[in-house]
Amino acid sequence: MSQEKLNIKLLHEKFIHSQIIEKRWVRFSQFLIFLFFFGGWEVTSSKQWVDPLIFSSPSKIGLLLIDKIHDGTLVTNLGVTLTETVLGFILGTLLGTILAAILWWSPILSKVLDPYLVILNAMPKVALGPILIVALGPGFTSIISMGAIISVIITAIVVYTSFREVDPNYIKVLQTFGASRTQCFKEAILPASFPTIISTLKVNVGLSWVGVIVGEFLVSSKGLGYMIIYGFQVFNFTLVLLSLLVIAVFATIMYQVVAYIEKKLLKE
Amino acid sequence: MSFLEIDQIHHTYFSKSSATTALSDISLEVGEGEFISFLGPSGCGKTTLLSIIAGLIEPTSGNVLLEGHPVSPSDRQIGYMLQQDYLFPWKTIEENILLGLKLSNKLNSSSKAAALSLLSQMGLPEVRNQFPKQMSGGMRQRVALVRTLATEPKLLMLDEPFSALDYQTKLRLEDLVSSTLKSFGKTAILVTHDIGEAISMSDRVYLFSPSPGRIHRTFDIPEELRKLTPFKARNNETYQKIFQTIWKELESLEPGKTEH
Ligand SMILES: Nc1ncnc2c1ncn2[C@@H]1O[C@H](COP(=O)(O)OP(=O)(O)O)[C@@H](O)[C@H]1O
Ligand SMILES: [Mg+2]
Repeated sequence: MSQEKLNIKLLHEKFIHSQIIEKRWVRFSQFLIFLFFFGGWEVTSSKQWVDPLIFSSPSKIGLLLIDKIHDGTLVTNLGVTLTETVLGFILGTLLGTILAAILWWSPILSKVLDPYLVILNAMPKVALGPILIVALGPGFTSIISMGAIISVIITAIVVYTSFREVDPNYIKVLQTFGASRTQCFKEAILPASFPTIISTLKVNVGLSWVGVIVGEFLVSSKGLGYMIIYGFQVFNFTLVLLSLLVIAVFATIMYQVVAYIEKKLLKE
Repeated sequence: MSFLEIDQIHHTYFSKSSATTALSDISLEVGEGEFISFLGPSGCGKTTLLSIIAGLIEPTSGNVLLEGHPVSPSDRQIGYMLQQDYLFPWKTIEENILLGLKLSNKLNSSSKAAALSLLSQMGLPEVRNQFPKQMSGGMRQRVALVRTLATEPKLLMLDEPFSALDYQTKLRLEDLVSSTLKSFGKTAILVTHDIGEAISMSDRVYLFSPSPGRIHRTFDIPEELRKLTPFKARNNETYQKIFQTIWKELESLEPGKTEH
């Protein structure tokens, strides 16, 4: 009996140990890929095996990074892009949810609008960019609109579907208490769909980045998207790649933050 | 004029492909303070009838009068407990039981105190800050009952309230619900497919036959059983006799299921 217990303890320790080893291997391999990629890039570029004018090199990008931090342009442009993206995806989620609420409110309206929603959803929203810029002026407003418009329709469709999937018996309970349609929405429909709304946030963050960067390409005055377009026009690919890396880092951070907020909100 | 009058109710559900007649020619009367049961196999329209009485569904034809007036859910005179507890999982027990009061703008310190004392009367004094998922089926069912009673409805309707519970919990809750309702003198309608539950809890049993749902027979429960708690009634001789009678009637309704 005690022999058996000892064995289980031993096996458990072995198991934990093997897990640790595996984790270390994964981390090591990840680090190796990182090193190989940037090392290879540096070497091939400095030996001119690839065209350094197009592919630049990590060291040049690093130097430019320090440069751009010192002259303040990176921080300004990053700030602009981050603000636009955050506002864009919050606005997109909010408007999408409001649209979903309107569709839920009026079943007739939702039937009428159904084909239009399908078309709007299928259409690539960035194609609206030029029209937005003409309508709203080349600046902040139209870029935020790009960030929002790209996620509004899909949010509305997803959230509306979740509104409709709420167990009708919850509504029945509320109706036995004489609840109005507003009260039904507030007490059952909205809170029951809260998890869906939160999870659209995560998707919308990614969409919003696309909208904002394309918007900055078009408006071409501020932001990381502008830095890419500018670098492209003056054939400074070090600047293009620097902007790209900064976007990758901050898009990841923003996604992780939203994922963390989602986890927190859904646990309560 | 009776407390509740149900007059020649017919109800048909329509869909694109079919028309299902759920109820046909239902007429009955319930006096104030009476406890009656609707007994019958599933699909014979019991839930539909409750929804019609509560004013949630407009019947295809016929009338329901409560104290001589047509019912509407906005009058908030009828408490209706659905087939499952349907407690809101994101609300605490306290928020759940105060929901009806909140929706009807009747939430104040005295109505709140009354609801909370009802909760302890149901044997759940310490749960107000818990969430429904932390509780057992029997506890949730009691909370759902408190939520329904908190608005002080004139008529209480219970749709198979004990069907999802284990046998022991069910027997205990039958006694608890029966004594609570008696102490308030509430008029109540119980829907069940358990013959014993119908006999032991009610003053009168309506036996429904299916497709379309109609009242097949009515059984008046004798005074000697009504005085007893449901648990004690189940051990009474008269109970056995009525049980046999209803059992035979039910079997005649379901010729396919005569295995016993
Ligand atoms: N919303 C509905 N639409 C169409 N048919 C329904 C609906 N609700 C119930 N029915 C049908 O009406 C009949 C009675 O159902 P119900 O009242 O739920 O019976 P019970 O509660 O006695 O089991 C069944 O045949 C059922 O399929
Ligand atoms: Mg039913």
